[in-house]
Amino acid sequence: MSHYQESVYLQGHIIDSLVLAKVLDLILMMGGTFDLEDVHIGKTRAEPSHARIRIRTASRMLLDDILRKIQPHGASIEREADCRTDRAPADGVLPDDFYATTHLPTQIRLNGRWLDVDRIEMDLAITVNEAGSVAQAVPMGEVRQGDQIVVGREGVRVIPLQRPQERDVFGFMESQVSAERPHGHIIADIAARMRQLKERRSLRQTDSHVLLSGGPAIIHAGGREALTWLIEQGFIHILFCGNALAAHDMEADLFGTSLGYGLTAGRAVPHGHEHHLRTINRIRSIGSIEAAVTSGVIKQGVMAACIRQGVPMVISGTIRDDGPLPGVITDSIQAQRAMRALIPDIGLALLVASTLHSVATGNLLPATVPTVCVDVNPSIPTKLADRGSFQAVGLVMDAASFLSELARLLGRST
Amino acid sequence: MSRLLVCPPEFFGIEYEINPWMRLTNRVDHGRAVRQWHELMRVFEQDLGVVLERMTPIPGLPDLVFTANAGIVVGRTAVVSRFRYPERQREEAHFENWFRKHGYEVMTGEAGIHFEGAGDLLGFPEYWFGGYRQRSDIRVFPILSEHFHREIIPLELVDSRFYHLDTCFCPLSGGELLYFPAAFDSYGQTAIAERVPDKLRLTVPEDEALKFACNAVCVGKHVVLPAGCPTTQAWLRIRGYETHPVQLDEFMRSGGSAKCLTLALD
Repeated sequence: MSHYQESVYLQGHIIDSLVLAKVLDLILMMGGTFDLEDVHIGKTRAEPSHARIRIRTASRMLLDDILRKIQPHGASIEREADCRTDRAPADGVLPDDFYATTHLPTQIRLNGRWLDVDRIEMDLAITVNEAGSVAQAVPMGEVRQGDQIVVGREGVRVIPLQRPQERDVFGFMESQVSAERPHGHIIADIAARMRQLKERRSLRQTDSHVLLSGGPAIIHAGGREALTWLIEQGFIHILFCGNALAAHDMEADLFGTSLGYGLTAGRAVPHGHEHHLRTINRIRSIGSIEAAVTSGVIKQGVMAACIRQGVPMVISGTIRDDGPLPGVITDSIQAQRAMRALIPDIGLALLVASTLHSVATGNLLPATVPTVCVDVNPSIPTKLADRGSFQAVGLVMDAASFLSELARLLGRST
Repeated sequence: MSRLLVCPPEFFGIEYEINPWMRLTNRVDHGRAVRQWHELMRVFEQDLGVVLERMTPIPGLPDLVFTANAGIVVGRTAVVSRFRYPERQREEAHFENWFRKHGYEVMTGEAGIHFEGAGDLLGFPEYWFGGYRQRSDIRVFPILSEHFHREIIPLELVDSRFYHLDTCFCPLSGGELLYFPAAFDSYGQTAIAERVPDKLRLTVPEDEALKFACNAVCVGKHVVLPAGCPTTQAWLRIRGYETHPVQLDEFMRSGGSAKCLTLALD
């Protein structure tokens, strides 16, 4: 994170004298940005005004320069305190007054220095190593007795997201989700991002992975070929899904159906409802999805593409799963842990046609990751897009149409 | 009746350089300075009927003569200056003693927050202006504003020749203002223009500003100002003021004129 910031306080007759305007102009002219916080304008001429200004810069040196320049105009640096920590009383138990995180970039102040909190995620605590040199977000269940945990709010600051520099669909607050809006330009922007990320990933740059978290409707609705193509072409690098997507994908390969519907015929086939159970049983007898693909039993589809491309998958189980397939993680906390391990390098998240996996993934993602949520039910994109992030886009549309259009824009011939 | 605090120039001279006017090589004609000061006092006492309170001059404090920088007096409260330069910090105790001896309630500012008295705080009855950056610290104004329940509009001084607000800014009793805009930045110029209507503002020409035309003392409808400022005088007369030019060029060698040599007590 390249955020350097300091809060200053300005008081007196700062409005009519234009001292506030001058200080803000100075900050901007020197290349910093600011947020005005707690502005109070005196109600009478005699009553003074005051303003708290949070200044942000890309470098420490620029921040110091700006502070030096604005101090003669009365801007005083707020006295800041270090954060407080307390020991975790037992494994999996946080101190009473623990600080609960947001998904926004966060810093804590230790020994007079602001430290970035690594692996930020909403609804976690913050742990600090013994040397006081590393701060990391930690889930409640992972805490060990005696860990130093940040308590209270003092010495903790959350950095609001900067509007991204790219002038695409992610550059605007798009929390308003509607089925009545055209989707074309949004999908085009997503495709452009994916092209950039593929390029960045080939150069081994950070934050270059594309995650797809999807539900079985992708297969039911006919998005299987498009998704397979996207994985094979190296546009998708991580897959989160449940038992159903994997089962129906392989059902389609073995039987040509998805939940018993003939994918090409478009109607239910006799005894088709058994196909997914027979598929799961078949893979269970082989031992793993990977073995099913490498042995040639499963030839095509999303699972086959992931195995061949080395795309890591986290398949999380739910309470109503059949089987499940081998490799499905049925302990939710373990599944969370496996998903969390793949979060750090994600540069774009596509959450497609799954309430459960979309919400679970959304909760794990820092606000800085551009996120697209696609569902035919507007409540899901609305819930996810409205996360106080500039970078969440909701699309109310069918999964297959979305994936097909995306693949077409990325060069798939139809 | 107006009362002014003054200090005879027995020990006035240039013994250090703390503003662009002061040059150690530029010697003061002491006899002439004394005569100019007495003439100024004569104008105040005889022509204007002002009551003068004379401080005892102190050897080694050549600038004690500039009593405008003693502090500010509001009613029976005196706020004593905290000078920026060590050369003048030695004056603080003498000004404070004088205020205490004369029954003022003395308020002293926070250490480290410089404030040079009426040199940097001037105004109209309802609101004041505070000059900062050259000598006074802007942080003093919210403190004074709260204490005296008066609006204080800070103005940044950007030309070191006009190092105190009273060298380039002179509010008059009728609501008019003499000032030299180039001594302020654009924010200050705008703030002034928004408060004082165009027709009440006289932009003093540069040659007269450099003679410290704005370092004038207004007592009712009389204005005492340095000699050699005809444009300023003419405008003042049009506005109905009687002008009293006094030759004070010996004090200009130190960067001071009529206003710097007085402090309004009531």
